[in-house]
Formats: sequence, C-alpha cells, structure tokens
Amino acid sequence: MADRKALQAEMISGHSGPAPGHGMQRDLEVCKLVDTTTCIGCKACEVACAEWNDLPFSPTTFDNTYQTMPETRWNFWNLIKFNEHQNPDGTIQWLMRKDQCMHCADPGCLAACPADGAIVKYANGIVDFNQENCIGCEFCVSGCPFNIPRFNPATKRVYKCTLCSDRVGEGLEPACIKACPTGCLKFGTKDDMKFIAEERTKQLRDNFGWKNAGVYDPQSVGGTHVIYVLHDATDPERYGNLPSNPQIPWSYTVWKWLFKPVLGTFALFGFLGVVLHYVTSGPRRTQPEPPAKDGANVNV
Amino acid sequence: MSTSRSISGSTSSGAIERFDDKARESFEHLGQTTVYRGELLRHPVYTRVVHWMVALFFFLALFTGFSIYLPWLFRWFTPFFGGGPLSRVMHPWFGLGFVVFFGLQALNWLQPMIWTAADSNWMRNMGKIVSGEAKMDPPDTGFFNAGQKLQFWEIVGGCIAYLITGIILWAGARTFGRIPVAISYVIHDISAVIMLGGIFIHIYQSTFGEPGTFQAMVRGAVSEAWAWTFHPAWYKQVTGRDPQQACEEARRQMTTSSKP
Repeated sequence: MADRKALQAEMISGHSGPAPGHGMQRDLEVCKLVDTTTCIGCKACEVACAEWNDLPFSPTTFDNTYQTMPETRWNFWNLIKFNEHQNPDGTIQWLMRKDQCMHCADPGCLAACPADGAIVKYANGIVDFNQENCIGCEFCVSGCPFNIPRFNPATKRVYKCTLCSDRVGEGLEPACIKACPTGCLKFGTKDDMKFIAEERTKQLRDNFGWKNAGVYDPQSVGGTHVIYVLHDATDPERYGNLPSNPQIPWSYTVWKWLFKPVLGTFALFGFLGVVLHYVTSGPRRTQPEPPAKDGANVNV
Repeated sequence: MSTSRSISGSTSSGAIERFDDKARESFEHLGQTTVYRGELLRHPVYTRVVHWMVALFFFLALFTGFSIYLPWLFRWFTPFFGGGPLSRVMHPWFGLGFVVFFGLQALNWLQPMIWTAADSNWMRNMGKIVSGEAKMDPPDTGFFNAGQKLQFWEIVGGCIAYLITGIILWAGARTFGRIPVAISYVIHDISAVIMLGGIFIHIYQSTFGEPGTFQAMVRGAVSEAWAWTFHPAWYKQVTGRDPQQACEEARRQMTTSSKP
C-alpha cells in the first residue's frame, strides 16, 4: 500500500463516477520548484528527461537563440525557453525558463478530455496521461492554458511530461531534478517548495534589488504543482510566454459537467417519447380504416 | 402496372439546367421504380439513393461521434472502427460524406421544401395531428408537410454548423486557437443532440408511426390512400381528384364489400 499511496487517482477524465482513491488516504502534494534566477541554461534537465523516459530523438530547429527547439514536442517534454529581455534602462537579461507540464490543481486538459481515464490527476497533484485510453481528439490541447499536450501523428495520441510519476511513485525525485547542477530545480512537498520559493523571492527583493521578484503559482487554475521564482512576477509573459492569468474555457467546466449529460438525457427522452407515443395514441393509419368492431372501445 | 420515369415533386424550371438534372436522369436508367395500380410515384431512384447515402454517413458519423462524445458509455462502438483514435480520425470524413450527400439532397428538394402558408396552418394543427385526433392531415398539406420541412431546414442549419465547427475541431487548437475550439465543441455537440432527437422522430414516423411510409424511400411508391391521408394537396395535384371525396368513396366500397 505504501508504494501505491502516492499514485491514488483523485480526478479521472470523462469518468462516470467518483474517482476510486479520492480522499481515501492522507497524501502530501508534491511540487517542483524552478528558480529562474539561478538557471544557467545548461539543458541537463532536457537530456535527463529524454534519457529517463527513453524518448526517441528527432532533429531540432535552430531559431537563433539558446533554445534547443522552438517548442516542446511529443518526444521532448522539457524545454528551456530562452529570451533575451531588454530592461527599460537598456541593460539586458538572459531569461531561462524550464517549460513543461505545470500539473495544475484544476487541470484544463482533464476538464476538456472526454475519454474515460485518459487523463488522471493523482492525489499527490501529478496530472498524467494514460495513452491506452486516449482517443486523440486533442481537446486537451484547447483545454491547456500552457500549450503543453503534444499529438503524435504515428500513434494518434497525446503525450506530455509525467512529472516522472513512475519515479515519484517509488519515492524518487523526477529525473530533471536529479540532473540539475545549480540547485535551481528542487522537489518536495508543495508547502515546503512554496516556503523555499517565498524565502528566495524575499532574498531577491531585499538583497539583490529585484523589487518585483515573486512566485508564480497561478490561482486561476487552482495553483500548480510546478512553481517558478521569477525576477519580475508582474510580467511572466517575458519568460517564454508564461501566461499571467491562465484560464480554462467556461465551455469545458459548465458545458461538460452540466449540459452534456442533461442534453444527452433529452436525446434519450426523444427515444422514450416515440415509444410512449406508439403505446398510447398509436400509429396514424391511412384512411379509411376498417370499421371498428361492434362493442370495441374506440375513443374519439 | 406501369414503370414511371417521371420525376415528381421537383419540377425544376426548364430554363436553367441544374447539375443534378443529369444525375437524376441517369439514375432512372440505373434503377427503376415500379408503381402498381392504386399507387403513386413518391421518390425517384436518385432521391432514394441520395437519401440512403445520407443515412449511411449519418450513422457512421453518429457512431464514431458517440465514442468521442461519451467514451465511458459508447467505448464498445469503437472496435468497429479500429479503436478510439481511429474513430476520431474517421469521424470528420464520415461527417464530410454526410454534408456532401445531404447537400445533394438539399439541392434536389429545395423547391418542395419552401415554407408556405399551408405549413403555418399545419403547425397550428400539429397537436391534433400528433395526438391522432386528426385522422387526416389538413387538406392543404402538399408533397412535404411542415414537420418534414422543419426537419429538413434543421439539418441544413445543422450541416452548416457541423461544417464550420467541424473544420475548427478537425484542425484543432494549434491552428485555430483554444477559444474557437472550446466554442465549436459546444455548438457541434448541441447540433448533434438536436439531430439525434430529430432522427428518433424521423425513423418512428416513417416506420411505426405512419404505416405505409417506409416503402416511399425503398420502392419509391406509396398507396393512393397514404397520399390522400397524409398529403392531400399533393394527391390532388398528381391525380386531379379530390382527396376527401376519394377517401369517402373508398370507405363506401369498404363497407359494402365487408357486408355479407
């Protein structure tokens, strides 16, 4: 039990009933902390990710930056986004941000997914794709505010960072964390990571002059299980299009859980309606009908 | 017995030859419609073939669509199409087939489907017709009644909605953006649910609900009694006889012949 405890399913996409493991055992939320102020852009995490997950390599596209490729791929889940940012005073900053699945507490991909069990959120906060249940509709792509799920045309399914759920389930840290040489990546409970992040931003504000330093943990998606320390939290977009206010379309929250079953029931009523019509008023026959039998009960 | 090659219900103007005129002509040579004595030609071969192609693609799109709409309930459909992902891959193509064939039918039926004053009259009497209180449809009911026209125009609207939202869903969020996909998803589903409700009524009315209707779409011919009961104005237009009078005549014959 102890081993499996970390991977209790808390939310299941497109599921017709409650998740079997929800609230059954106490569990700590895990979190990955990415300190963009100490990232040196070495890409060790990129390599570790591809290595641990045995992802096949494919040619990259060079776009004149220190970025391995323009965006993540179905076989490349962890990408250091690079941006040369010019400050108002003319100085420049090389901003490095580790881009991967944010493992939202309120995952848009899971809300959008119609397939039973294709996307699972574990009680420890990890959001994982189960490809055997995926139907490749790519609704998760429109549900995700961070542009993470990637479609593989060969398998016709979507893939993304698993937060190394296989390692975490065994009590290990994710591969990217293990590879990081500067300590800019940390892994632990959400509370601990949040505490360390706040301490670090305080240090940045007080000792290093980053007046707007802050923690990125967007509450519009219920908080995330990957959080960032940013030099300037007022403008996360400059870190490779990190959305300042990530949103999940209302249609996935309202439509899917309310109108979809209700309208589906209406369609069922359509079927019941015609059956009821047949057994109550019966068919309309061509006229003239044969005369009713003497003494037969004929209404109207 | 006579074999009819005339095309009823869609008397297109001779001035402009529509592209489906030739198809309608050649389908009459490919197949045939046998109209027995006491019957009337209802749907020529072309109309029937197009109708069943629409039906085929509708159900293919419906069953693959079900497995995208609610996989927890309809996952058992997917093996017929090679699994969930292949159902998803084939669904747009089935949908496209449905839209194309319904487009042909829409062109074929555009003229008899135009809404008239008789249809507004039919709608006012709908309660009586549905409850069976009115034994015959209103005397001014033509080739199609208002219910059929409503369904036709609902599907025309549905096809346009399917096509626009379907292309957005097909290409996905990476082409059209997240919000258009999220909105299209809802419109596509609403359109499907309306059409699903409509198909229950359509199948019921054409089989159990009004016996004698189904042969119109398989053999192409209907009995005269069916015509004067459900489409009196059309009966009058084709035969030149008064439907009420013809019905009463048949009733007299029935009562005299049933007496010993």
